[in-house]
Amino acid sequence: MRIALFVTCLNDALFPQAGIATVTVLERLGHTVAFPAAQSCCGQMHANTGYAAPARQLERLTESAFAGHDVIVSPSGSCVAHLRAHTALPVYELSELLIDVLDVTDVGATFPHRVTYHPTCHGLRSLRLGDRPTTLLRAVRGLELIDLPEPDQCCGFGGTFALKNAAVSAAMLTDKCTNAALTGAEYLAAADNSCLSHIGGALTRHPHAPKPIHYAEILATPGPLS
Amino acid sequence: MSRGLPIVAVTPFPVAAERELGDAQLRGNLGRATRTIREKRARVVAEVADWEAMRERAAAVKDEVLDDLGELLARFEAAAVAAGATVHHAADAAHANAIVTELATAQRAESVVKIKSMATQEIGLNEALEAAGITPVETDLAELIVQLADDTPSHILVPAIHYNRRQIRELFARRMPGFSETSDEPAVLAGAAREYLRRTFLAAKVAVCGANFAIAETGSLVIVESEGNGRMCLTLPETLIAVVGVEKLLPRFADLGDFLRLLPRSSTGERMNPYTSIFTGVTAGDGPQRLHIVLLDNGRTHVAQDPLGRAALRCIRCSACLNVCPVYERAGGHAYGSVYPGPIGAILSPQLTGQDAGFNKTLPYASTLCGACYDVCPVKINIPEILVHLRQTGPKPAAERVAMSTLSWVMRDRRRWRAALRAARTGAAPLRALTRRRGGTLRRAPWPLSAWTAHRDAPLPAAESFRDWWRRTHEQA
Repeated sequence: MRIALFVTCLNDALFPQAGIATVTVLERLGHTVAFPAAQSCCGQMHANTGYAAPARQLERLTESAFAGHDVIVSPSGSCVAHLRAHTALPVYELSELLIDVLDVTDVGATFPHRVTYHPTCHGLRSLRLGDRPTTLLRAVRGLELIDLPEPDQCCGFGGTFALKNAAVSAAMLTDKCTNAALTGAEYLAAADNSCLSHIGGALTRHPHAPKPIHYAEILATPGPLS
Repeated sequence: MSRGLPIVAVTPFPVAAERELGDAQLRGNLGRATRTIREKRARVVAEVADWEAMRERAAAVKDEVLDDLGELLARFEAAAVAAGATVHHAADAAHANAIVTELATAQRAESVVKIKSMATQEIGLNEALEAAGITPVETDLAELIVQLADDTPSHILVPAIHYNRRQIRELFARRMPGFSETSDEPAVLAGAAREYLRRTFLAAKVAVCGANFAIAETGSLVIVESEGNGRMCLTLPETLIAVVGVEKLLPRFADLGDFLRLLPRSSTGERMNPYTSIFTGVTAGDGPQRLHIVLLDNGRTHVAQDPLGRAALRCIRCSACLNVCPVYERAGGHAYGSVYPGPIGAILSPQLTGQDAGFNKTLPYASTLCGACYDVCPVKINIPEILVHLRQTGPKPAAERVAMSTLSWVMRDRRRWRAALRAARTGAAPLRALTRRRGGTLRRAPWPLSAWTAHRDAPLPAAESFRDWWRRTHEQA
């Protein structure tokens, strides 16, 4: 299948590994990935910060960049949720694409580590990803999935919320990190690098806390046969 | 304690929230209480097979009310008057307070007993009555606690949620006449309050209530409560004054069924509330002989004009959104500077009194848009969507405006965007080298990013952007 990648502005600039991992997984499964270079940002950041006009311009830009593509994938729950609410693009979060469209749960990865999964808010409540990401993770060889306490609690990121309401954001972040550390996992995985950079930025300050990782990167680790 | 207009934030939310966060006792009390109610609600909602269908129906009924507000108000008034009630129309808080004060004064009342009511909180009725020399006595246990403490409520349903039982015992010992208990068992404290209130009920000539629902078809008012104090207020005094927000209407009596199932499960996590009072007009020789209904607008018909924002008027004051909100749980109700705190307050207060009033404009930003509030709302108010709508229509800082349009300008053109990515990569190169041992993240950044790095490391631009990796691996032969 020919699949277009919407990598997102954040991943493009700061976390290219998530995009590379998405390409790696899909190509390993025998699909062709396209990367329309006219893409940049879906407009979510502008819309949620209160800037409707620039948000609309970026939504239209994304629509035209992906015109003619029947299947679009993105390794970001919140950006997919924004595009789904504001455009007619056929865009899927990675776990939706793999499970609902491609009917795959075992992507042939091996990751011999203890992992806990944080379901980010947009994936949880806007996209209703449910157990799709953890279904994929459970099929990874050697991976031990550990439940995160109070998984549905927001980490306190919320875009500019983290700056505008720094004290409340930090209080929420502390609770998320405490729960993450309680799992004893080596990695904390999630479907959004925005939330992960928030949680991960605090986890790196604690010596025994799990390391943040986008779950696509786990799925991209080679399996025994590759 | 702020004593401004009861639905205007007098302090910026971030400042008030940071102040409240410093109160470890408050955080402990709130965390425990909201978690308990949250879990109870989840259990009893899961029991109802047609919960989603019921939410849909309730939202549709409330939207019908907002569509036909004028006509339904006229129908309600005609039915209530035919049953013996007197109906008043109050355009705003001052108008409503004047009507109630005048009615109480006409009965030569020195005090009035009150049923817990958000509408009377919203208009600051207690303060208006006190100014006229009339003592308002709150008869809901939690409202009584708040009143005795000279405090303001911090939760719609559980106004004293920020107190624990030890603090309440100490308060009663200081402020409640005749209190001599040494135990802080909830049953003992409630028993003492019951004794105190019983004397007040028997002496009261005038009661003031709100209403959970007003039925246009029959002219009936409906009051849902847990403690039975409301039933006392509704039956003992000779004069009953109800202050009712115009959005409390339901078109038909038959509509009430869904709401009486949705409300208790959403608010207290009970299958059914202990007391539901439905009363219509006046019955000779039985109960109050004078029933005055004050229909309160106070900004509501204005909010009803906004096609998106008006869904906030569906609210039935269950407070499920407060109990699931991670921001409310940390900041507490007082940080919102309004009798309507939490997610619903963040969309209601700025709409009712305007974003330019006080620091109302900071309220739509008091949310991570996590969506937990929308999930639990029994009338399906899309609170995150309205928060974003208010952000987009409200005042914004000039510097931020410039930054956002510049960023959008850069992002709208692939050459500009690629150049920006490369510039960021090059600029960050020395920092990346310095921080490599720690995984390439930044521990301390200058303002405004210092708000971020105070609590978390900041990521640095990658050594190679995704699009450069793509070009290198997929486009160059």
